[in-house]
Amino acid sequence: MSAISRDDVAHLASLARIELTEQELNDYAGQLDVILTAVASISEVAADDIPPTTHAVPVVNVFRDDVVTPSLDRDSVLDHAPAAEDGRFRVPRILDEE
Amino acid sequence: MSAPLIDFDEVIANFDPVLGLEVHVELGTASKMFCGCATEFGAEPNTQVCPTCLGLPGSLPVVNGTAVESAIRIGLALNCSIASWCRFARKNYFYPDMPKNFQTSQYDEPICFEGYLDVDVETDEGTRTFRVEIERAHMEEDTGKSLHVGGSTGRIHGADFSLVDYNRAGIPLIEIVTKPLEGAGKYAPEVAKAYVGALRDLLRGLGVSDVKMEQGSLRCDVNLSLRTSPDAPLGTRTETKNVNSLRSVERAIRYEMQRQAALLTDGTAIIQETRHWHEDTGVTTSGRVKSDAEDYRYFPEPDLVPVAPSAEWIEQLRSQLPEPPAERSKRLREEWGISEKEMQSVINAGALDLVLATIAEGADPAASRKWWLGELARRANDEGVELESLAITAKQVADLEGLVQSGRLNDKLARQVIDGVLAGEGEPAAVADSRGLQIVSDDSALLEAITAAIEADPDAAQKIRDGKVAATGALVGSVMKATKGQADAARVRELVLQELGQ
Ligand SMILES: [Zn+2]
Repeated sequence: MSAISRDDVAHLASLARIELTEQELNDYAGQLDVILTAVASISEVAADDIPPTTHAVPVVNVFRDDVVTPSLDRDSVLDHAPAAEDGRFRVPRILDEE
Repeated sequence: MSAPLIDFDEVIANFDPVLGLEVHVELGTASKMFCGCATEFGAEPNTQVCPTCLGLPGSLPVVNGTAVESAIRIGLALNCSIASWCRFARKNYFYPDMPKNFQTSQYDEPICFEGYLDVDVETDEGTRTFRVEIERAHMEEDTGKSLHVGGSTGRIHGADFSLVDYNRAGIPLIEIVTKPLEGAGKYAPEVAKAYVGALRDLLRGLGVSDVKMEQGSLRCDVNLSLRTSPDAPLGTRTETKNVNSLRSVERAIRYEMQRQAALLTDGTAIIQETRHWHEDTGVTTSGRVKSDAEDYRYFPEPDLVPVAPSAEWIEQLRSQLPEPPAERSKRLREEWGISEKEMQSVINAGALDLVLATIAEGADPAASRKWWLGELARRANDEGVELESLAITAKQVADLEGLVQSGRLNDKLARQVIDGVLAGEGEPAAVADSRGLQIVSDDSALLEAITAAIEADPDAAQKIRDGKVAATGALVGSVMKATKGQADAARVRELVLQELGQ
């Protein structure tokens, strides 16, 4: 049984707002299945008493002091946006709500 | 377009409400949750952004330690357990208010869990304490602010679009989620309001947030469902957003109970959806129906290491918690001999700490309250600043009151001294000296002014001689005027009566 179905890929694509053709859905379902099956082989060797790895280095509590550092210049930030207006990013409206 | 409603009494006769409250608190840290951008409210759009909070490639988040400390302190104050180890998670969604396409939040490992807050509500049987159980309080970041333009908002030309400001994106947020609140019955709206109010006081007491609902630093979402009886299974719930004042919490719940009850009575099913509260019209309207879009595909944030507060750290923070606001307020009310309402006005004015500091500097409680809630509150209001930002310290207010108590100043002169202190002219005594402010206590100087006043208003003088003591006011007034307010009015009155044989 495959690890990911064509329907799963279609669902993820819609969540990610990516438009995929029928052909692409089939292709990606196959390719992702190979990747997921390969990754799944890890669970065959991991026993129940081994906690999932969170990070490559076993470190906790990496904190920064609450100090303000300079922000970016607004004009240079907005220069990189596809559209800007009134000092703000201009984006297509997605949902009809606040 | 208002929905049909049924009477609140009828709702209560036929249904049992179950509530859940989600409160988002913006922490008052100087910098954002995962980057050093400033968090100041009201800055020019997109001037407090950097590669991290804009989600630019290659940027890496680093956790603000003060925000974690605030989260733990909030949890402790809410009687929560604190996780000894927890992680951040990515909440994936595609909406332009988060430029990263995910919000860094916590999923199944909140830093605080299983707590409670007790609130008092007035019922027909007197004050009753309701325990609001807290399911969790977790750390996350705020989103950007969108301004919707076009279409229905009235612009004729151009397609619908939004303008986004990311200054708020990344500000540390604590989301506090209650367990389903059952058994409040007809008091459900009041309990919810009392809970949000108590939470606000508690957060303010901790000093972790400015908790300004009108500026969005405290926001409340209300989940509500109705069932036919406490034994019946839970009904379908709605989530009402945009409930941004204490009064709205109560009104929105009352409205939603009446709306849902009308539908259920009519045999119509409740749709599980997000609804929006409208403060101006007092109704909720349908927002988004819960759907696939809510599939957030949470996973542990790979760019951040786990947070593992040590027992020592937690105990140290616990030992430094302030007295719980409800207890402190009760204790002070008894000490000062004032009503709950009077106490609430001190708290609402943001004056409690200032009043306490003034008392600590030697003034009595009544005088401390009088200055901060009266003259100084007016000055702060005129200047459009918070009370604590006024250029006068608790010590200076206590010293000023000392000058009044010693008989050197009356309240009117004291207000002129406040002018001087606020203008940076120095300490109260020095201002009184340099401005020559001092009650005229020399009787001979007063008698001179009184004689002049009697000559100027013989009618009033005659009335007083005839025993109409009420006429004294006019003469005292003109003496006070002649002495530019620097006389002790009570002494002037005594002397006037004495002069006129009374
Ligand atoms: Zn930033």
